Amino acid sequence: MDGFPIFLRKELRESLRTNRLLVAVVIFAILGIISPLSAKYTPELLNALGTNGGGVTIILPPPTVKDSITQFIKNVAGTGIFIAILLPMGLVAREKERGTAAFALTKPLSRLAFLTAKLASLGITLTVGVAIGALATYWYTALLFTPVAFGGFFAASLLVLLSLLVYASFTFLGSTLMSAQLPAAGIGFAGWIIVSVLGIFPGVQQYTPAGLLDPASKLALGLTPQHLWVSVSASIALIVVALLLAVLSFRRQELVTNA
Amino acid sequence: MEIAVSCRGLTKRYGDVLALDALTLDVPTGAIYGVLGPNGAGKTTLLRLLTGLARPTSGEATVAGLSVSAQAATMHQRISFLDQSPQYYSWMSGHELVTFVGELFGLRGAELCTRVDEVLALTGLSDVARRRIGGYSGGMRQRLGLAQALVNRPDVLFLDEPASALDPAGRHEILTTIAGLRGVATVCMSTHILADVERVCDTVAILNEGRLIVSASVADLQARYAQPAFELELEAGQADAAEQLVVDVRAQPWTDEVVRQGDLVRVLAVDTAAAGRELLPLVTARGVQLRRFERVRPDIEDIFLRLTVAPAASIPEKAQAS
Repeated sequence: MDGFPIFLRKELRESLRTNRLLVAVVIFAILGIISPLSAKYTPELLNALGTNGGGVTIILPPPTVKDSITQFIKNVAGTGIFIAILLPMGLVAREKERGTAAFALTKPLSRLAFLTAKLASLGITLTVGVAIGALATYWYTALLFTPVAFGGFFAASLLVLLSLLVYASFTFLGSTLMSAQLPAAGIGFAGWIIVSVLGIFPGVQQYTPAGLLDPASKLALGLTPQHLWVSVSASIALIVVALLLAVLSFRRQELVTNA
Repeated sequence: MEIAVSCRGLTKRYGDVLALDALTLDVPTGAIYGVLGPNGAGKTTLLRLLTGLARPTSGEATVAGLSVSAQAATMHQRISFLDQSPQYYSWMSGHELVTFVGELFGLRGAELCTRVDEVLALTGLSDVARRRIGGYSGGMRQRLGLAQALVNRPDVLFLDEPASALDPAGRHEILTTIAGLRGVATVCMSTHILADVERVCDTVAILNEGRLIVSASVADLQARYAQPAFELELEAGQADAAEQLVVDVRAQPWTDEVVRQGDLVRVLAVDTAAAGRELLPLVTARGVQLRRFERVRPDIEDIFLRLTVAPAASIPEKAQAS
């Protein structure tokens, strides 16, 4: 792949210079911090509100580690979807739109290297973001509750990351197919809605990215998950199909030299 | 003669639009080759096909002896391309961009640093090299485009309207740099600025509606299409006499075309000798007072207009074949 390391370095520098990486890290860090905090203090807050309300008593079970982990998975996999769609929407489309893709691809840089460098950069950005969020949750969970086993929590974080990578790969495909960012994001959102709707049907959810979240919770809590490998395989298959389509489509595209 | 760029029956169709129609041409190695044509003639399409940004509908092209379709990766090592309105990564500095391009071409270490500094100096960007490209003017961006295009010492350099966005001083600098590449690299530049062609190009191709009208050296073109013209600059305040003179000159058997712009009358002759003999007596007989009378040689603009306005079928056979 001609030019891959050089172009990857350019992509990573761009992530830093344009604050893409910083924004992703800050958002995931916030999600990572508020997950254990909300698990810990929401019952106390509700109790306090109930007392002040006069006459209404809300009895909630004391918060546990499980609540903290569930909050983390829900927050990162939920809000994180928007980051997974917004981050890649302009990766290819914006370069096509502005003409910088045409500039770069008349150099010794193959189209495969161009795409894979962008993918690698996207993967690194999401991984760093989720890792920071996961570390924050791990740390605050240990502070506010009790420490969880690192291995299980690490595996759970990987599953959450994998679910986000599925949505990111849908948007990346959209960004490759389209020449503008918004339609690319539209394809990412459409992919998310379609797999969410499919997940409603009994027996189908385990084949969707949402099917990774239950195994993630169980792994974090030291339990044995069901359908783990089925969900992992299905998500990886979705990513591979989206990326293959992106590569095949990009190889056939004619690029404009300027906007 | 060694050939740097060769097209054989190169055709590009966008839906119903035939952007390039079975183009066959050769660009000699080391030449500064101008591709001329009015808007929509197919100049940019040709450069896009030759740089691998678009695929031909049919036909084939080779650049530096390499097939554009089958050996694009190797070919890209040996060419460079400067776009008409270059767009670069605005978050980079000019120095970073040229370094990035140098790295893509495999330059490393001291060789890379030296070459980057050289091309930035050559294009007059040394002082602003550390500034973000986002803050560059159009002219600076164009010069940066030339710097990045030269960093790999290309065998073939494709330039799409390299000086069209520049002020006269910027154009002068860019054209001087391009002229300095004569014999060092083959330069294939599209342009609609005919004065630029006359200044730097040794060979030109004129395209119209996707078809090659003629490909020849500038000197050959001038010799082949040298239809002499006479210019008459009249003293002011003779509008009626001037109009009558135009009518009379048009009626002469040696006249091809007469164009009047204010006090200037331009006469194209089919029989130069007869025109030379009879034109002035005709002016005198009409009592028209002249400020200037001159026999002028046609420039590339005259030839260009003649060839692109006339239907291709009326162009002499030898022009099509060259």
